[in-house]
Amino acid sequence: MPLYLNDDQAMLRDSARSFMAEEGAIGKQLRHWRDKSCKDGFGHALWKQFAEMGFTGILIGEDDGGLGLGHVEAGIVLEEIGRNLTPSPFLTTAIAFVEAVKGTPHGARWFPGILAGETVAALAVDEGAKHRPDGIEMRAERSGNGFSLSGRKQFVVQGASAAVTLVAAQTDEGLTLFAVEKDAKGLEVEGVRLADSSIGARLTFDEVTVDADAVIGEVGGGAEILDRALNAGRTGAAAELVGVGSASMDMTVDYLKQRKQFGKLIGEFQALQFRAAHLYSELEIARAATLKAQQLLDEGGADAEAMVSVAKAKAGRASLLAVQEGVQMHGGIGMTDEYDIGLYMKRDRVLNELFGDPAYHADKLARMKGY
Amino acid sequence: MDDLDTFRSETRAWLEANCPTEMRQPMRDESDACWGGRNPVFKNDAQKAWMETMAARGWTVPDWPEEYGGGGLSPAETKILRQEMARIGARNPLMSFGISMLGPALLKYGTEEQKKHYLPQIARGAIRWCQGYSEPGAGSDLASLQTKCEDKGDHWLVNGQKVWTSYADKADWIFCLVRTDMQAPKHQGISFLLFDMASEGVSTKPILLISGNSPFCETFFDDVKVPKDQLVGELNKGWDVAKYLLGHEREMISGMGLGGQSESLGAALAEALADDPLLRADVARFDVDQMAFKAMSEKFIDELKAGQAHPAQPSMMKYAGTELNKTRHELVMAAGGSDALEWESDRSKKGKAAREWLRTKANSIEGGTSEIQLGIVAKRILNLPGA
Repeated sequence: MPLYLNDDQAMLRDSARSFMAEEGAIGKQLRHWRDKSCKDGFGHALWKQFAEMGFTGILIGEDDGGLGLGHVEAGIVLEEIGRNLTPSPFLTTAIAFVEAVKGTPHGARWFPGILAGETVAALAVDEGAKHRPDGIEMRAERSGNGFSLSGRKQFVVQGASAAVTLVAAQTDEGLTLFAVEKDAKGLEVEGVRLADSSIGARLTFDEVTVDADAVIGEVGGGAEILDRALNAGRTGAAAELVGVGSASMDMTVDYLKQRKQFGKLIGEFQALQFRAAHLYSELEIARAATLKAQQLLDEGGADAEAMVSVAKAKAGRASLLAVQEGVQMHGGIGMTDEYDIGLYMKRDRVLNELFGDPAYHADKLARMKGY
Repeated sequence: MDDLDTFRSETRAWLEANCPTEMRQPMRDESDACWGGRNPVFKNDAQKAWMETMAARGWTVPDWPEEYGGGGLSPAETKILRQEMARIGARNPLMSFGISMLGPALLKYGTEEQKKHYLPQIARGAIRWCQGYSEPGAGSDLASLQTKCEDKGDHWLVNGQKVWTSYADKADWIFCLVRTDMQAPKHQGISFLLFDMASEGVSTKPILLISGNSPFCETFFDDVKVPKDQLVGELNKGWDVAKYLLGHEREMISGMGLGGQSESLGAALAEALADDPLLRADVARFDVDQMAFKAMSEKFIDELKAGQAHPAQPSMMKYAGTELNKTRHELVMAAGGSDALEWESDRSKKGKAAREWLRTKANSIEGGTSEIQLGIVAKRILNLPGA
């Protein structure tokens, strides 16, 4: 398979690009909901439009009413989301959660709502300020015919809007995943606005009881499913980061062609040209790594997991460079709320933390390679 | 099974049967490469057999047309061949500036006679080529070159000097940029000429580098007579050929960033990293960068074959690949500590690590410096205004 988009994928990119630039534009969505202090941080009408476009069914199989496509296609949509900073529950719901419950009875339960653009789902994994899925301590004790969950989770993106949340907890048999519904007794959800004005949540579980059929997969078999869901989420976040970085670079390069100082366009200065060219190089490499990770995930290759970490780390660093150079090269205007470049910087920061930052993934890669 | 699956299984079987075991070991250094030429030096019989077997099948240049000694493979088939060769660790059968640089330029700009004459020789490794581009006064500003080429009716007469001519002392022929119009603006008076290094008036002098090796030469032309039919492309339009060829040179050099040795530098250095967490972190970041760049190389080649690559993209590849390779060798030196500093001992294989480290410093200079590449990306891809 060549490492570029095929004709169908290029068509999807074109339609996603014009849809997101139109309907998902910063003024129409991000600023609109932010300035209203919306408790969800996104518009439900847009989520429905995502469904009408078919986006929410990209990873859902055709037998279940979805499009049966893969991570390359998911990434195409996410890159456009990144370019426009479009707030939506797409990444957590249609990518990570769908990947986790695929092929389980939870699929039948939740896919129709996701396909209709009505249901929002979230992942509750992190328990501290950093992503450490190998150190999950939350407990689920056997209770009646089910389990009783107690503990805390944080950085649950869309957790305040989710009808269902995937919760990772330890049982005597090992890590186990549960689908917990929002009105579960003993579950306290505190929505928290993040720097980029998206809404995360802190969840507190106080003896939340769930039936045995809330278990996703097997009791004690959560690690493998969680890896799958997280790797889908990481690859998706990498694609979104590529979009964030690319749009930041485009805005900045445009600015270099307009802004005059010392009687010259500032883009004539070699000091800025070289930095812009270096940034271009980093983003191209990040895009290639991300596409490679997507293709390997779709092929189910053994190398996929290492490449996912490469993609998340590389896209994170490239996008970080793009937003930093973006604000710096814009100068004073880049510090204003009125100008969009600062919004990209905030989104980049959140996406870099989500599902593991570049340091986490470089370390993970090193361990996979035996050092 | 579709045609490509069939091609893959047949290729796999053929390589298994025909690639000698010795040619499935990683190259230890540049001297393990097979360069062919009029007076070829082979390290062993396996190296000779591997070059000849591959050349007979057209697979030293798998994607060139069969009529010019190539394999006539499609881009998809070529990619499969490379993957299957990589799978068994098969060495490149023939290292050649004829293949990586001159051949593509001849395919685009050569006459039919030139293609028929030169390309099959390149494919067989019969002639070893060198590149006459840089001059003492023409480095980054290559188009200011002054080597003079006069029309003497039945031949060209060449006078001047080249520098940094890789392996000029070992090469049979040279592809050379010469000035055929001394009055025209600098880009418009250049032509692209081929000639035999055994011609009367050609001499070479190796340059001793900081690595202690001499891969580059000064090359002198003193009244060298060249037959008229050895000019490629149009008279005074050699800059177009030169730029096209430079694109291919940059692709080749960018491949150095891949290192070739091991997929993970950290895995190769694991012992040294065990008690050095900061170095381990640097190496882990490097492994992220090199694996990402490997994907970039694959994407670039796929796009190039499909005609989708931006014409200036080789400049980005060259920049990123060479900077990466320099970083790799800095890390290898850091992991090696004082062991890696030994310059002559047998223990250090005569300073192998240190000499390779120093050699890589030329990567971001040769073929156009990193700064030249960034300038090209800024102007031609980002369309930033000219200074």
